[in-house]
Amino acid sequence: MSKMPAEATANGTHTPHSEAPMTTFVSQAGHEPLPKLPPDPVMETKALNVFYGDFHAVHDVDLAFGRNEITALIGPSGCGKSTVLRCLNRMNDLVPGARVEGEVTYHGQNIYAKDVDPIAVRTHIGMVFQKPNPFPKSIYDNIAYGPRVTGMKVDSMDDLVEEALRGAALWDEVKDKLKQSAIGLSGGQQQRLCIARTIATKPDVILMDEPCSALDPIATARIEDLMLELKDDYTIVIVTHNMQQAARVSDRTAFFTAKPDKTTGNRTGQLVEYDLTNTIFSNPSDQRTEDYISGRFG
Amino acid sequence: MSLATRTASDAVTASLTGKSKDRDVRSMVFLGALWFSLFFGVVVLLALIIDTAIAGAPRFDLQLFTEYESRINRDGTGFRAGILGSVWLMATTALMAIPLGIGAAVYLEEFADKKSRVARIIEINLQNLAAVPSIIYGMLAVAIMGLLGYVYKGIVLGGAFALALLILPVVIITTREAIRAVPSDIRHGSLALGATVWQTTWRNTLPSAVPGIATGTILGLSRAIGEAAPLLILGLATVRDDPTGIESKVTALPIQIYNLSAMSQLEYQVAASAAIIVLLVLILGMNALAIFIRNKFQRSW
Ligand SMILES: Nc1ncnc2c1ncn2[C@@H]1O[C@H](COP(=O)(O)OP(=O)(O)OP(=O)(O)O)[C@@H](O)[C@H]1O
Ligand SMILES: [Mg+2]
Repeated sequence: MSKMPAEATANGTHTPHSEAPMTTFVSQAGHEPLPKLPPDPVMETKALNVFYGDFHAVHDVDLAFGRNEITALIGPSGCGKSTVLRCLNRMNDLVPGARVEGEVTYHGQNIYAKDVDPIAVRTHIGMVFQKPNPFPKSIYDNIAYGPRVTGMKVDSMDDLVEEALRGAALWDEVKDKLKQSAIGLSGGQQQRLCIARTIATKPDVILMDEPCSALDPIATARIEDLMLELKDDYTIVIVTHNMQQAARVSDRTAFFTAKPDKTTGNRTGQLVEYDLTNTIFSNPSDQRTEDYISGRFG
Repeated sequence: MSLATRTASDAVTASLTGKSKDRDVRSMVFLGALWFSLFFGVVVLLALIIDTAIAGAPRFDLQLFTEYESRINRDGTGFRAGILGSVWLMATTALMAIPLGIGAAVYLEEFADKKSRVARIIEINLQNLAAVPSIIYGMLAVAIMGLLGYVYKGIVLGGAFALALLILPVVIITTREAIRAVPSDIRHGSLALGATVWQTTWRNTLPSAVPGIATGTILGLSRAIGEAAPLLILGLATVRDDPTGIESKVTALPIQIYNLSAMSQLEYQVAASAAIIVLLVLILGMNALAIFIRNKFQRSW
């Protein structure tokens, strides 16, 4: 399991707060403005290019994800947001024919280096999917799944399950039916269960691909609140089509677009602009960003 | 109502009523032909079953199940050896075919590179194997038993080899379908938590696929239980003992039926008819169980 090189493993230990001096950012509607670029990025992409077979899906993406920040990836459909996100924990390895060039670093370690074990990467960098995908098992077993498969040392699984469910603001709703199947939960509860399941493995970074797109506005609001709480302990990257959501929860926003290639006509995704969310939404420096955002706001 | 609207509505009425094109002579003849085909199939089958049931009626008694084949007491001849033999054969066949079938299916679905040539050749071969006449599997089992050094091959192990080979393609194909029906969302969810492909298969995919695997296996076994040809090739013969292990001499229900119905004595033929009904009930029961499991436990995602 821990074929991950020593330095990375040492850095990304299983407890989120382990890294000593933590830059504390004032989160929402800051009293103290955030620096333009994350000073202490947990993850970075450098000249990231992704291909699906011959198709060049994403071109030269350079991004940095700040510790205890929420970074939103926005842009029109097909511009490669999910592709970039999946590169961050090597889920793209599962797509047949997918090829990644460039670097993705986690605490300075390139997770695409030869000797890195993708399984180990995923224990540090968790993922929540667009469609809630609870396992057809009990609520308890869903949460305990990650710690069990990764062989995490756990004093009391019951306590860990409770902690994870509390962390995902689901405990009060399910504490009396932990042995019941997770399939019986509502969509919003299922999604929070999936978040709980992810935080039970105590990752460092949580990736979320349109986590609210299958949910109603109330369930969405609960997940957004949850994200803002989770930010104290985790670094979060979220893909969303909902501009308001990006504006409400994220500290930084990356805007992508797809540019048709002159010769092939393939639409290759690229990063247009990356900045503080406030700047992107109030004073973007690229015309395409402004068009997209204002188009969405009508 | 104005004249104009009345004509419009009349036109609509006219276009909606009248002689349907679905009821003209040609359609009716064609429909009649379809009905006849259906009727023919069902009636022939029903007639066979009823005829057999009537022929076997005098022998629906306990002795049919508890007694061995008898030359002296022909009226009390029973199928104990065949029934017990079939049970032993099925159990051994299942023990061989289920792990092998699941293993092969899991490999093909979750580990093999689906685009590779080898995988595609195996794929085509599996489809073909399912259509190979059962007698060929019997010959294969004879060869295997020969290699293992058995001179007399009509034992549980030999029969089970033949039947396991026979149902293996069915088990593999249905297991693959069951595994494929588990959505990739679930696999990705598991892998994203840091599980290995192996853990994901073992803890998530396979448990979800169990109903499908059970259905396929039971359907396979219900085919195997009615087979006589591969067992005849192995030389399964009349037995007057209960099997006690995989090296016991054994007979099977279809073999016994085959032997007795070929005899000239009426009592044997009556007994064979009764045993046919027993075999039919067994097969129908297994198929019903398979359908029940599929409907009851198979998840729709
Ligand atoms: N598994 C795959 N195989 C081949 N091409 C793919 C695959 N996944 C994505 N692509 C292609 O890569 C490009 C980027 O896709 P991606 O899913 O990353 O876009 P996205 O920005 O997430 O879109 P959306 O907002 O619709 O989710 C698209 O052109 C898509 O067709
Ligand atoms: Mg997407």
